[in-house]
Amino acid sequence: MSIFITVAIIFLVLMIVYQIAQASEYAAALRATEKERQKKTNYIMASLLVAFFFFGLYAIWQCHFSLLDRMLPKSASLQGEAYDMMFKVTLITTGIVFFITHALLFWFAFKYKATDDRKTSFFFAHNNKLELIWTTVPAIVMAVLVAIGLRNWMTVTSPAPADAHVIEIVGKQFNWIVRYPGTDKVLGKRNYRDINDATNVLGIDQKDPASKDDIVAQNGEMHLVVGKPVKLIIGSRDVIHDVGLPHFRLKMDAVPGITTTLWFTPTITSAEMKEITKNPNFVYEISCDQMCGKGHYSMRGTIIVETQAEYDKWLASQAPYFAPAAPAAAPAADSAAAATPAVAVK
Amino acid sequence: MSNEAIVHGVHDAHATHADEHHHAHEHHEQHFFSKYVFSMDHKIIAKQFLITGIIWAIIGALMSVFFRLQLGFPDKTFPIMEKFLGEWAKGGKLDPEFYYALVTMHGTILVFFVLTAGLSGTFANLLIPLQIGARDMASPFMNMLSYWFFFLAGVIMFISLFLQTGPASGGWTTYPPLSALKEASLGSGTGMDLWLVSMALFVVSSLLGGLNYVSTILNMRTKGMTMTRMPLTIWALFFTAVLGILSFPVLLSGFVLLIFDRSFGTSFYLSEIFIGGKALPNVGGSAILYQHLFWFLGHPEVYIIMLPGMGMASEILSTNSRKPIFGYFAMIISLVGITVLAFLVWAHHMFVTGMSPFLGSIFVLLTLLIAVPSAVKVFNWLTTIWRGNIRFTPPMMFALGFVSLFISGGLTGIFLGNSALDIHLHDTYFVIAHFHIVMGVSAFFGMFAGIYHWYPKMFGRFMNKPLAYIHFFITFIGAYLIFWPMHYEGIAGMPRRYYDYSAWESFKNFTSLNAFISVVVIVVFFAQLLFVFNFFASIWKGRKVTTQNPWGSTTLEWTTPINPGHGNWEGDIPEVHRWSYDYRDDGHGNDFIPQTTPLRPGEEAH
Ligand code: HEM
Ligand SMILES: [Cu+2]
Ligand SMILES: [Cu+2]
Repeated sequence: MSIFITVAIIFLVLMIVYQIAQASEYAAALRATEKERQKKTNYIMASLLVAFFFFGLYAIWQCHFSLLDRMLPKSASLQGEAYDMMFKVTLITTGIVFFITHALLFWFAFKYKATDDRKTSFFFAHNNKLELIWTTVPAIVMAVLVAIGLRNWMTVTSPAPADAHVIEIVGKQFNWIVRYPGTDKVLGKRNYRDINDATNVLGIDQKDPASKDDIVAQNGEMHLVVGKPVKLIIGSRDVIHDVGLPHFRLKMDAVPGITTTLWFTPTITSAEMKEITKNPNFVYEISCDQMCGKGHYSMRGTIIVETQAEYDKWLASQAPYFAPAAPAAAPAADSAAAATPAVAVK
Repeated sequence: MSNEAIVHGVHDAHATHADEHHHAHEHHEQHFFSKYVFSMDHKIIAKQFLITGIIWAIIGALMSVFFRLQLGFPDKTFPIMEKFLGEWAKGGKLDPEFYYALVTMHGTILVFFVLTAGLSGTFANLLIPLQIGARDMASPFMNMLSYWFFFLAGVIMFISLFLQTGPASGGWTTYPPLSALKEASLGSGTGMDLWLVSMALFVVSSLLGGLNYVSTILNMRTKGMTMTRMPLTIWALFFTAVLGILSFPVLLSGFVLLIFDRSFGTSFYLSEIFIGGKALPNVGGSAILYQHLFWFLGHPEVYIIMLPGMGMASEILSTNSRKPIFGYFAMIISLVGITVLAFLVWAHHMFVTGMSPFLGSIFVLLTLLIAVPSAVKVFNWLTTIWRGNIRFTPPMMFALGFVSLFISGGLTGIFLGNSALDIHLHDTYFVIAHFHIVMGVSAFFGMFAGIYHWYPKMFGRFMNKPLAYIHFFITFIGAYLIFWPMHYEGIAGMPRRYYDYSAWESFKNFTSLNAFISVVVIVVFFAQLLFVFNFFASIWKGRKVTTQNPWGSTTLEWTTPINPGHGNWEGDIPEVHRWSYDYRDDGHGNDFIPQTTPLRPGEEAH
């Protein structure tokens, strides 16, 4: 019922507004000729557009400085530093183009509003030289931006250094599971058919000796060593997710059925970042950046960047996922498991 | 009220109005149904597309108001929402599942139903025959089918809103496995089935329409209307149709594979999935394959939305500056460039899916290349108004706004097209800001410009001007207030498609900004209702058009009677003698020379 009343009221208000607007248009028609009215309208609208331009510049300024303190702190990875630099270059380039084109747009609009002084406008239909200029100049600018971009892209996507820590991160609806290879530095094989939410959340192959010392963190907490490259092995149990690392300026999809990777070098510890941001609650967060269902917005992981000593201490306190007391793997070859493609993770 | 009732109601009333004007020259009585419902007159079909599009736009916009309420005020409840959405907003609090359904429907409706069908459907139908000098489309029957397939697609999508499990909720891009598995989300059940059926019908509608537009433009131009004398609107609509014809079938094939995976146990997109407590048997598929198929349409699609606006803005800027469009040929060549490149950049939506970095580099190069023809168009528009005699009619205001928005949104594309920047910005609010400005609002501005400009041709009346200016300023200012700050959120890494940010240390400091944006959204929403009211009220109450050519245009549609009947011209179709942008002194005190005016002795053709 109240919906109908609301709609009816909105309708009524619109009708009244329309009537007033219509009456004012007719009244204007009585007061002045079509030509005079158009001239007046031209003047008002051209002025309003110019006002919009200046108000807009002021608003951009305001917006920029009022939001500055809410932006991300400086990049916490080496890769992100190159990103920040490149972002700045692109921002300045596009900012200049934005300003010039808009200034011209509103200036021309104001300057060339129709008045009685000019009867016909300047007949100017084409000019090949101009076209050539504004085809080549943007092309050159784009070429420069592409060059910077591809250089950074090559660096970011290059193979990880051999000494990089290997850590696996797997998405599922709706949380992250992190796995560390343990002392042997090798992750045990996984097979999605072995997944069991109670006993084996990642489907780790227990017969693989490499899996014995693997450590699994189901709370989505990832520990990294500052200054030490890390290579993420990224996977998903169900739908597509995305490992979003805003503070490191990186992200990579987690796709079921394939393994993606991403490597970077963290440069600032969590403790240092708390000081930089003057926020005692600061924490590096892993956001899921690919829509994955109704809990997408709550799919949160965290990263703790620490010194080698802190890391070692933390690692020593962690128990392997499969307690050593577990019965030794039966020697019988499980033919079904052998026939299914395992996610080959090393 | 159902869609159908609204459409019929309007046509019903329109019938009486049109009859008054038409009787004089209409020699045969047509039944109401064949004249206004199953009509084969391109002008009526255009109005059907437009009115259906407007209704969908209201629904889609209302959805965005609901989910913006959630985003802006996550800790408040809105009882009004429960009134509209029932169980899905119990106690006035939006359910997360339905939040995603609303976002999905909003995207689907606005991208496909409003800015594709509503925009191309309206203006291709209205303008192609009128501006090239044809009595109707090449196949009026196929044209009618095109509308009714669209209508059917709409009915099915509308029904899906009322399902127990809700409509599709996997985003407008509906990536599998999320969209393929019932276990993955409520909306991936029946809602997704209906979504796929509806979209398949929609593709059929687009193809029927597109083939018709292309064959009409190629074959049915009046005497003297060479391709290079056509208005840029026609060129733009031509390339729009070409883009659709070549890319929609690929989308359909992607959908067919998805339907197979969903219902017939195939594994095109599925591999090694553990969901709902069990491991699925599917192995060997690729979830990424769907994204390739989707974006092979998806990117051309954004230009399908953009080009009609570009064409209409060119026409309107030139007419109201009383100056020829600058660089007519450069405009056509840049349209060709955009059309070709549009097919070669799709993977820029997939930089972080783990695809080969080398392939990524190629797509970076091609993507940034597309900025060049875009820039050419902007500079040509600016030069068109330079030293003009600008009349600030409502369509002109929207055309100027269109240029501003296209610049703003195009420039952020340069960030996203560079994979080394996209690796941070992908799927954040930066992308939301980019495509809403460049495609959402700017295409809407093109559409508004077109509606205000050709309204006199459609209904023989003008829309109310004071309201049009109010509509313009609220929308223009509002659009920037809504989307400009979103760039900042995106640069700060704030992910898109989140129901609530309050648990996130990194993003919760944008709460007040989100509230601000949501308030502006509501204001802008009501300003659009003002437009809708103006549109419908002016059909009966608008100021009457008294001259054949109210804007002083050169093009052919203004040589038809004020209320053209089926067939458009009463006598012979006029012959064309010159190009469509001869805005100059005609020697009799006019500042334009219609295309039908023969060349003066000694005058050279353009
Ligand atoms: C200078 C030209 C442009 C460039 C370089 C460009 C580049 C891009 C890139 C790279 C993305 C992907 C961003 C991401 O998901 O991370 C994107 C997204 C998008 N662009 Fe553009 N773009 C341009 C112009 C346009 C135009 C003209 C339109 C529409 C008319 C448009 C509509 C869109 C849409 C709808 C999306 C987002 C789709 C989604 O993920 O839901 N873009 N653009
Ligand atoms: Cu996720
Ligand atoms: Cu694209």
